[in-house]
Amino acid sequence: MKHSRLDFLAGGGIVDRRSFLLAGASFLAASSLGSARAEAAQGDARIGTGFPGWMRAPGKPDTGYGQPVSHESQVQKRSRPVVPETTGFTLWHTPIENQRGAITPSGLHFGVHHNGIPDIDPAKHELVIHGLVERPLTFSVENLLRYPMVSRILFIECSGNTGANALSPFARDDSCQDLFGQVSGSEWVGVPFRHLLEEAGLQASAKWAIAEGADGGSHARSVPVSKLLDDGMVAFYQNGERLRGAQGYPMRLLLPGWEGNTSVKWLHRLEFTETPAFTKDESGLYTEFLSDGSIARFSFLMDVKSVITHPSGTQTLPEKGFYEISGLAWSGHGKLSQVEVSADGGRSWAQAELHGPVLDKALTRFSIPWRWDGNPTVLLSRATDERGVRQPTRAEWKARYASHSFNHYNAIQSWRIGSDGSVENAYA
Amino acid sequence: MMTFAFALPGLADELEINLGTLATEAELHSRSISIFPGGRGLPPGSGGVGEGAELYRARCRTCHGETGSEGPASRLSGSDGWMSFSDPLRIVRIQKNPLLVMSVGAQWPYATSIFDYVRRAMPHTAPKSLTNDEVYALTAYILYLNELVSEDAILTKENLPGVEMPGRARTVDVWQEE
Repeated sequence: MKHSRLDFLAGGGIVDRRSFLLAGASFLAASSLGSARAEAAQGDARIGTGFPGWMRAPGKPDTGYGQPVSHESQVQKRSRPVVPETTGFTLWHTPIENQRGAITPSGLHFGVHHNGIPDIDPAKHELVIHGLVERPLTFSVENLLRYPMVSRILFIECSGNTGANALSPFARDDSCQDLFGQVSGSEWVGVPFRHLLEEAGLQASAKWAIAEGADGGSHARSVPVSKLLDDGMVAFYQNGERLRGAQGYPMRLLLPGWEGNTSVKWLHRLEFTETPAFTKDESGLYTEFLSDGSIARFSFLMDVKSVITHPSGTQTLPEKGFYEISGLAWSGHGKLSQVEVSADGGRSWAQAELHGPVLDKALTRFSIPWRWDGNPTVLLSRATDERGVRQPTRAEWKARYASHSFNHYNAIQSWRIGSDGSVENAYA
Repeated sequence: MMTFAFALPGLADELEINLGTLATEAELHSRSISIFPGGRGLPPGSGGVGEGAELYRARCRTCHGETGSEGPASRLSGSDGWMSFSDPLRIVRIQKNPLLVMSVGAQWPYATSIFDYVRRAMPHTAPKSLTNDEVYALTAYILYLNELVSEDAILTKENLPGVEMPGRARTVDVWQEE
């Protein structure tokens, strides 16, 4: 290995991708030479002894619906009950540090359920559209599935994602799953709302819709009509199959780029009105406390944000040397324009590669090669979206909000690398 | 009935899809459970602080605490917002910032939202099981815990929308400002 051939783009060991690939190629060539030895064969020898068991027996039959292999069984959502006495209100975090690419497997998609997952019979489920419309209409699931559909790859993020870093006065030694596990990316397929609203005949005075789910708590949010008409959809499919129960089967509202709580699961009713209803979540939990003591409501858009998933909190780098720093970035305002990475605590930055296609309101994977020299340092990522807006520092974010406000936290994330290879959440 | 039309590439004719069925008044009446700040949607009935206190002890206290502020579920009144009681720094935070003194009473802008949420979602293990009178009574008790109505208050659809909530004056509508 000739380290001198590497081009460093920034401090702390950030490497130019092209020189990294060049150095890697010479390494591969060297190692293939070492494996070129062959034993002379005897007439009574069997090749079987040289192969593992799974190469000396037929495999198992396939199954009707595939599951992850047992060796990956540690990759699980993890729940944090909000109210210890009930199972209904739980936060299920996706293991974001196990994900590569930009699509979250449907079974690992995060979920924040306020009253559990209802077991809905699709034959008895209906969508009612009423209020300020010319014709109040009821749609069966069967009929809705006949409307023309659109497909979009989108992120959904809970308003409270990474709230621990907003609230805690010290940086908790938590994993990426614990801190960032309330964001996921999927392909969603469904019927654009404007089709259904044209059929119902929206009245000019209709400015808001109260979207309600068919769960035990009848979760409800007030959403502006303009968003429904712009890019709102009734989603039926996620990643190629009908929605999972935890994601709203048989159908959910999907509002691209907006806080996940507004994409009402198990959607069954939309009431069009002139004003919002001020439901429970827009009265309390899904509001923000500003530094002057006022309460911000209807802050729907999830702002530009990024996190390095590889490496990330509670992991350990086994040794010094090469690693690919990789992570995810997203913005509810549109596409990402760039993600910068620092490996020296923010003194210098280099532009990471964005793995396309870079889509509107979707997770975007970024990466950059890094050579860790074994010394303590801090890794950071900062994303800029197509508006030119860059993530704030934690200090900048905290200055806007009261100390106990935790929703819509999108500050630059830091991971501290210890000399022992430990990776730890940090405020730096 | 009006139909909606859309054009497909290569198709000169317009396709019409019109698969919704007209909802009946009875269907809409049974499903329209949203209550609005002005009082629209509130049903007939009434309930007072006294009945609410009894119901609270029987149906709500386990999750919301003796006076609505002890948790573990969301604070209805008193000293706290949505902070978990298992948070080791909870006391430090409350002392550090009095804004942590958050609750339904301090944060919610309209009293009608209490009726709406209790009726649709509470108690957590048996949502939609309370009578309208019981929901008025519990709404009255939660407002009483926050010193927003008097001990002898009896709430109806006429007087509930008039209860002034401290959260309203603190509200900044971020959407309207954008």
